[in-house]
Amino acid sequence: MDPLDIARWQFGIVTVYHFLFVPITIGLSALVAGLETAWVRTRKEEYLRLTKFFGKLFLINFAIGVVTGIVQEFQFGMNWSDYSRFVGDVFGAPLAVEGLLAFFLESTFLGLWIFGWDRLPRGLHAACMWLVHIGTLLSAYFILAANSWMQHPVGYRYNPDTGRAELTDFWAVLTNKVQLVTFPHTVTACYLTGGAFMLGVALYLVRRRSTPDADRPMYRTAVRLGAVVTLIGGLGVAVSGDLQGKIMTEVQPMKMAAAEGLYETEAPASFSVFTIGSLDGSEERFAIKIPGLLSFLGTGTWDGEVQGINQLREKYQQTYGEDPGATYYSAGGYTPVIPVTYWTFRLMIGAGIAALAGAALVLWGTRRGRAPTSRWWLWLAVALPLLPLAANSFGWIFTEMGRQPWAVFGLMTTANAVSPGVSAGEMLTALITFTLLYGVLAVVEVKLMLHHIGKGAAPFEEPPSPTLRGPGDADRPLAHAY
Amino acid sequence: MELTTVWFGLIAVLWIGYFCLEGFDFGVGMLLPVLARDDRERRVLINTIGPVWDGNEVWVLVAGGATFAAFPEWYATLFSGFYLPLLLILVALIVRGLAFEYRAKRDDHTWRARWDLAIIVGSFLPALLWGVAFANIVRGVPIDENAEYVGGFFNLLSPYALLGGVTTLLLFLTHGALFVALKTDGDIRHRARALALKVGVAAAVAAVAFLAWTQASTGSAGSLVLFAAAALALVGGLVAALRAREGWAFTGNFLAIGLAVAGLFAALFPDVMPSSLDPAWSLTTTNASATEYTLTVMTWVAVFFTPIVLLYQGWTYWVFRRRIGTQHIPA
Ligand code: HDD
Ligand code: HEM
Ligand code: HEM
Repeated sequence: MDPLDIARWQFGIVTVYHFLFVPITIGLSALVAGLETAWVRTRKEEYLRLTKFFGKLFLINFAIGVVTGIVQEFQFGMNWSDYSRFVGDVFGAPLAVEGLLAFFLESTFLGLWIFGWDRLPRGLHAACMWLVHIGTLLSAYFILAANSWMQHPVGYRYNPDTGRAELTDFWAVLTNKVQLVTFPHTVTACYLTGGAFMLGVALYLVRRRSTPDADRPMYRTAVRLGAVVTLIGGLGVAVSGDLQGKIMTEVQPMKMAAAEGLYETEAPASFSVFTIGSLDGSEERFAIKIPGLLSFLGTGTWDGEVQGINQLREKYQQTYGEDPGATYYSAGGYTPVIPVTYWTFRLMIGAGIAALAGAALVLWGTRRGRAPTSRWWLWLAVALPLLPLAANSFGWIFTEMGRQPWAVFGLMTTANAVSPGVSAGEMLTALITFTLLYGVLAVVEVKLMLHHIGKGAAPFEEPPSPTLRGPGDADRPLAHAY
Repeated sequence: MELTTVWFGLIAVLWIGYFCLEGFDFGVGMLLPVLARDDRERRVLINTIGPVWDGNEVWVLVAGGATFAAFPEWYATLFSGFYLPLLLILVALIVRGLAFEYRAKRDDHTWRARWDLAIIVGSFLPALLWGVAFANIVRGVPIDENAEYVGGFFNLLSPYALLGGVTTLLLFLTHGALFVALKTDGDIRHRARALALKVGVAAAVAAVAFLAWTQASTGSAGSLVLFAAAALALVGGLVAALRAREGWAFTGNFLAIGLAVAGLFAALFPDVMPSSLDPAWSLTTTNASATEYTLTVMTWVAVFFTPIVLLYQGWTYWVFRRRIGTQHIPA
């Protein structure tokens, strides 16, 4: 096997895996912080119980997010050394800043939150979780700025002497117009994911027979909170996704054309919800089309012109020169693999809309004190946390594979990015190791999660005061211990 | 001063922070089967580092990110060159990090025993391999004219490099034992101190041999001073341990590790990764660096935010300053 293929499989696998945990971390940290703040302010017992319950699930998820993140930090150097040499000047800076600003904040204040129940005053304790959440947002901002630069390089100059990209304007990198739509889209997708996670878990507990009746109202609160956050996140995702489509049409028109499998330029262009046929476009057997929608997504008007793949291919070849040829990850002539872009785009939107519909349904089913009764709700409880995770993965696969054959759009192809000095054997060792390890960890994580969901929220217990008063206080057990 | 020199220094600081802090985490992890007699005592050990290990680990992430930004060529050559050892380190850090969080989340003997193993092995491998890696960086490895490492895996396991690995391993064991002595109460505290003395002597022997060898082959005047200071701090720490002054003993060892790493960087300067094939192919602070502009931006960020990070990390240690003993472990 070619090292390039192995490196790409590895990047795809470990990054998609990392991003299963990331959105839950980002979304749930805000929800847990919100619940704890509600407890500090109202002193209603159910808020503290929910804080601790979802806090525990959050920690199980966070741990895997952290350890899979470590791999991310180092794999650019390991597998993509030529890429690292080429872009380090521009791309390294946001990565380093992310570590200094975000990772320290997250990890330090999470440590304080986990172990600080009997060491910190209540308000300060809740503030720690808010700081963790701010850390996750900062982390997302800087890493997405790095990624946006790969989608649309700005604020740099190509130095022909060294053959490297050099940073000329850091602010331009941080305010890249792609970044300004990618960040809201990704973060609102994370809130959607976190909300749906809470909704699904709580819905299961409300419905479950063995849940004590006295606890059902508490879980119902969480169901509704989760549903509202899911809907708000979903609204944000739709608005920002729409903006993204316009920016994408502008900076990477080929990706938009590939997302629709649009071969010839059209005005107005329709959006096909579903197509059966040969996807190289030669033959179409069945399609459901919404007239003008693609024009609207891409240009903001219902009859705007959307460029087709064939026209773009010619244009790209004039701009970038020699056709790099077709590979399995690029259809040749600077075109990505059409079936992948076509379907991942639809699956992202579809899974997201399904999650939204589910959340709306739940909100309706629990209106005015109602509790869901039929068994049917259990299916929703299982599906709701999974749908946004799928939408996230599809979104990333679309964004990243739609950029192919480029690693950095217009500047460096993926084929030129791989480490020349690492052998196929070494890379294969790493690929197999990570795949097996991640597989085992997934099983362990899911089982542990289910175990703790099954246990439900622990009974209320007032956290001990942070000051030592009585004689025995110095020997009292820790409020939390590993 | 040149910005490239400043950044060489800052990266040295990040690694010093990492080894001084995560060093005791590794030590505590490795001592799990040695110092603890039952599950309760194992939990005492783990909880001495519970609130801080993750923050300590971030030092290496920032060191990696800062190397990427300030010296892209160094980052690229180092991480693609030391591929397999790095893979081992990553796997170790993954299972170890999860173990802390997951171990107590199930009341099941086998479950805990497995995660204990993950902590022990996951602490042992990096403690050994970081030393091996640093010895190789300082001594120089086969790097060709394209800045690619061409030495293969076994080339990294020379006697000198292995001595470097044994040195960090023993130093971190001592560091961990001293940390436990400082942070616990009761019987375990006394056992930890006694053990620190024994391991500390071995660590001192290995460290002196390794540092002397380094000084003889690649040392500079600066590294000589730092190595001598490191040796003094190490011995001072051991004397303090002998006198049951746990705070001083830990401080001595902390300084010894920091000074030794500083000395290694001093011996390395102005190279960042010397080539053993041809000095002309060595990566240096100038030919491996990012542009002046990037370094300037990064300098401002570092100047503003590093003090804040140090403040809140320091505050965490203050919040969790109380010693813990078996009586503090909840059922
Ligand atoms: C949109 C958000 C986002 C994206 C695209 C990525 N990450 Fe991530 N990452 C996070 C958001 C995040 C986070 C929410 O901040 C995490 C998840 C769980 C956690 O603990 O923090 C995290 C953890 C995390 C850690 C561990 C931090 C620690 O020890 O506290 C590292 C080193 C990275 N990531 C590095 C990366 C790299 C190099 C990526 C690109 C390939 C990447 N992440 C993609
Ligand atoms: C966390 C969300 C992300 C996911 C799920 C993701 C997913 C993917 C996938 C599936 C590919 C493979 C495309 C292909 O090979 O055809 C890819 C490529 C790539 N991505 Fe991302 N990506 C993410 C974020 C990022 C970020 C934030 C960066 C940079 C900071 C990045 C850098 C790259 C690079 C360098 C490649 C080229 C290597 C390759 O083609 O495999 N990605 N990504
Ligand atoms: C109304 C529906 C949506 C629209 C119109 C939309 C639009 C888009 C577009 C155009 C991109 C590609 C950006 C680029 O490559 O330049 C994208 C990427 C992405 N989408 Fe969506 N999206 C929608 C729903 C969702 C949902 C529901 C989720 C997840 C819960 C999601 C998660 C993502 C992610 C993670 C990416 C990759 C990161 C990024 O480029 O922002 N999207 N989306």
